[in-house]
Amino acid sequence: MGGSQMSGAPLPGSGFGAAPVPGVDLTGTPVPGSPASSAPLPGQGVRSAPLPGADMSGAPAPGSPFSGTPTPSADASGAHAPGPGFTGTPVPRADMSGAPAPGSPFSGTPTPSADASGAHTPGPGFTGTPVPGADGSGAHTPGPGFTNAPTPGADASGTPATGPGFGGAPVPGPGVGGGHLPPAPAAAHLPPGSPEPPGGGPVPPGAPVPPPPPGAPASGVRFDRPAEPEEYPLQAPDPRVAAEAAAVAETAKVCVACRAGRVDDDGYCENCGHAQPRERDHMEQESGPVAAVSDRGLRHHRNEDAFGIGHTALPDGSPALVAIVCDGVSSATRPDEASLAASRAASQSLLTALPQGTHPQQAMHEAIVAASHAVNALAGEPATAREHAPHQNAPACTLVGAVVTAGLLVVGWVGDSRVYWVPADRGSAPARLTEDDSWAAQMVAAGLMNEAEAYADDRAHAITGWLGADAYELEPHTASFKPDRPGVVVVCTDGLWNYAEAAEEMAEALPLDAAVRPLHGARVLVGHALDGGGHDNVTVAVLPFPAPAQGAGSA
Amino acid sequence: MANFSKSNVPQFSVDVYQNEYLPEGGREVNAIVTVTATGGGTIGSAVAAPHLYAPGQGPSAAVAIMVDCSGSMDYPPTKMRNARDATAAAIDTLRDGVHFAVIDGTHVAKEVYPGGGHLAVADATTREQAKQALRRLSAGGGTAIGTWLRLADRLLSTADVAIRHGILLTDGRNEHESPQDLKAALDSCAGRFTCDARGVGTDWEVKEVTGIASALLGTADIVADPAGLAADFTQMMETAMGKEVADVALRLWTPVGTGIKFVKQVAPTVEELTDRRIESGPRSGDYPTGSWGDESRDYHVCVEVPAANIGQEMLAARVSLVVPQPDSSVQNLGAQGLVRAVWTDDMAASTSINPQVAHYTGQAELAQVIQQGLDLRKAGDMDGATAKLGRAVQLASVSGNADTAKLLAKVVDVVDAVTGTVRLKAKVAEADEMTLETRSTKTVRVKK
Repeated sequence: MGGSQMSGAPLPGSGFGAAPVPGVDLTGTPVPGSPASSAPLPGQGVRSAPLPGADMSGAPAPGSPFSGTPTPSADASGAHAPGPGFTGTPVPRADMSGAPAPGSPFSGTPTPSADASGAHTPGPGFTGTPVPGADGSGAHTPGPGFTNAPTPGADASGTPATGPGFGGAPVPGPGVGGGHLPPAPAAAHLPPGSPEPPGGGPVPPGAPVPPPPPGAPASGVRFDRPAEPEEYPLQAPDPRVAAEAAAVAETAKVCVACRAGRVDDDGYCENCGHAQPRERDHMEQESGPVAAVSDRGLRHHRNEDAFGIGHTALPDGSPALVAIVCDGVSSATRPDEASLAASRAASQSLLTALPQGTHPQQAMHEAIVAASHAVNALAGEPATAREHAPHQNAPACTLVGAVVTAGLLVVGWVGDSRVYWVPADRGSAPARLTEDDSWAAQMVAAGLMNEAEAYADDRAHAITGWLGADAYELEPHTASFKPDRPGVVVVCTDGLWNYAEAAEEMAEALPLDAAVRPLHGARVLVGHALDGGGHDNVTVAVLPFPAPAQGAGSA
Repeated sequence: MANFSKSNVPQFSVDVYQNEYLPEGGREVNAIVTVTATGGGTIGSAVAAPHLYAPGQGPSAAVAIMVDCSGSMDYPPTKMRNARDATAAAIDTLRDGVHFAVIDGTHVAKEVYPGGGHLAVADATTREQAKQALRRLSAGGGTAIGTWLRLADRLLSTADVAIRHGILLTDGRNEHESPQDLKAALDSCAGRFTCDARGVGTDWEVKEVTGIASALLGTADIVADPAGLAADFTQMMETAMGKEVADVALRLWTPVGTGIKFVKQVAPTVEELTDRRIESGPRSGDYPTGSWGDESRDYHVCVEVPAANIGQEMLAARVSLVVPQPDSSVQNLGAQGLVRAVWTDDMAASTSINPQVAHYTGQAELAQVIQQGLDLRKAGDMDGATAKLGRAVQLASVSGNADTAKLLAKVVDVVDAVTGTVRLKAKVAEADEMTLETRSTKTVRVKK
């Protein structure tokens, strides 16, 4: 990692940094073209990780002609700042984060809770969230530069998508519909007959953008992973794949390393002593339209990440998708247990609360608190015999989660795991929706250092928030957004985003059909991290937005 | 097994303290293995033998007391008298039912009590008879300790008991047999009984006494003042009566391509075990630890593993405890510990040294530099001795080994303990120097 990849994201309104974004009103609003991507969170503009890869320097992303303006308030969503020609805007700094990504195409409505002060407004009155109801009924202004999103072109597989079934059913194309959701989620937010454009990215035709071809030369310096969408099968991912893989692992009795020894009860070869793959080394799961993949990576001896995903229905019958991803803190004892406990507690909490009508943002807050309690409870338990040393800190982990309903996208986090938003219309700008609880992010947010300085510091990646008995104070951050168009929500640990830090890079790594093949999408992203070096455990959950109505094959 | 005996069975536990993280290319894994036996108290065990002990009784045991009766024991005469009194005190400490014998040791070994190649069984009568027999002990003759040990072995082997133990007292050098004779006797007795050895006065050879205790897995100490013998013998016998399981061996299994660099006991004393390995199966070896009561001991195990890639993990050694059985099978005591190796590119993880490993590495060095320093001093290399003993002072200070620090302060003047700056004392009492040498292997545990 080197400082040369540091980003210099201009902070909204701050005006420092070497990359003043041209032609933008900076008044507290994330700037179109701000590399800081969209989520207009306080302290935004913190870009993070210098990437290990060397390839992201000088990535002048030809921005989309959009200049979506993510705004802190819903009403500003129309603040269309028609680009002062962002296309091809040269990036003032030689790094990927300088990519002049157009602002988020959706009108995020982050709640103040995103503030580090933890003003996680519990209770129904979510400041800033105009939608108390879970149905996303908020009158939603179509996004800037975004016209209606009717069905993309014809395709034989086009299925009337009133009940768009994920899974076995032919899948409505991502990128359809959703633009402005009717208040009633029951209404098909996916317009009927939304087929998949064969071989092409799911492009909302209404969008006045030329669809970037897959692997378009956008910020694209990184093409180590061939663009997937060449083959574009419409059938659902086969859930048996994961099941078979698990079964094979279970029955293996012969050492995978020497192929000569039997494997002992404690998981080591009786001949060569090598540790055998453990269940958590590679995990995959699908739940309805949500999928997650977690991998040990190439440099760590065990997987300390964990996830919990699920889908349920809100009281009005509309669907809700849930994903939680946790990253165990390696400097603590039993980080793997912490992440497992937290991800389970949080996902179960959400899956219990949402059907009861709890507002998703409130539910997310409560889920983080529940996860915190679950991790704290581990501190009292005796360490297993093998875990005496060298670590003595209480078990700890990060947490990031997302809830997707028909009209709302709620994220919550503690630590440096992240959520990215990738619109189905790849011409629109992707965005990062979370703000790391990290030293560097705090320094920048506090105005004490600029980004380059902050991220050049040894302490840059030290996390300042985590779940665990030794956490100073739990500050669950939550934010809710109302994307004005369909897309994919990527929930991940730093094991992934270290290799796709900028939202544009994440979008580039994400297959175009991720909304309809979430498991495949998650696998591809994990593969992206492994190809990049796999220095850490990698975990990613993929959720389509809006949540497709539950129907056939969604089990 | 009857329920009443269950609470008397000692439970063994194994805890492994290590930094399992190795850098890329790292091959040496160090671990401190703490073995603890608890729950047996001094009232019996059913682990090692198929006997059942009622509460209040101990395991079957046999003890032989070997008393030096060479001519030098009469100089001063109080030495012989103190030896008799000490032996009597030890006999009083015998639990009812324990087999015992008293041996008169000179250039030959003679049975003092009960005689006839037998062992007595302790009760009020035999204890009294034994003490009467002690009056016959008188000084005269030479010293051939090997003969004492061989007689003790013969006598102890006549009893079918779980615990066999010897207590040996000498006041002089082993002058009437060759060192090879003693070595041969020790070799033939090793593993058959355990033995504590004591040197009384200052005319004995430290390395002979510590060598006997080491070979026979017992303790060694100096009783410079004969008046202290009775208390010491009582305490030794109490410890012997507390033993519940004999012949416990530390079993190390290592995978293919992995080797044991060394195994040593590091607490309560430093005891090199590497060369005592007895192969017990493919890639498995047993290291004898003797008999156990309620106690805890620490072992430093150093394993060399094949190099592996970052992210890999392997089992470097599996530690368990076994007791050999008469039918050449073994009884596994259940407890097990794993020594692991995990290769990481996290430099902070791979370069840190486990505090236990660091501490005992220091304690082992402490014992070594004391020995070297005293040897150099005897050889007349005062600069070398000063350097070594200075280092010893420093190590003892850092690790909180106050007892050893005190003993060192009787041999050197400490200028600055932190830097290990010392001056050799011009005049050192022989007893002080012998005490330091004898006790140099005593360690302290990690400060919590």
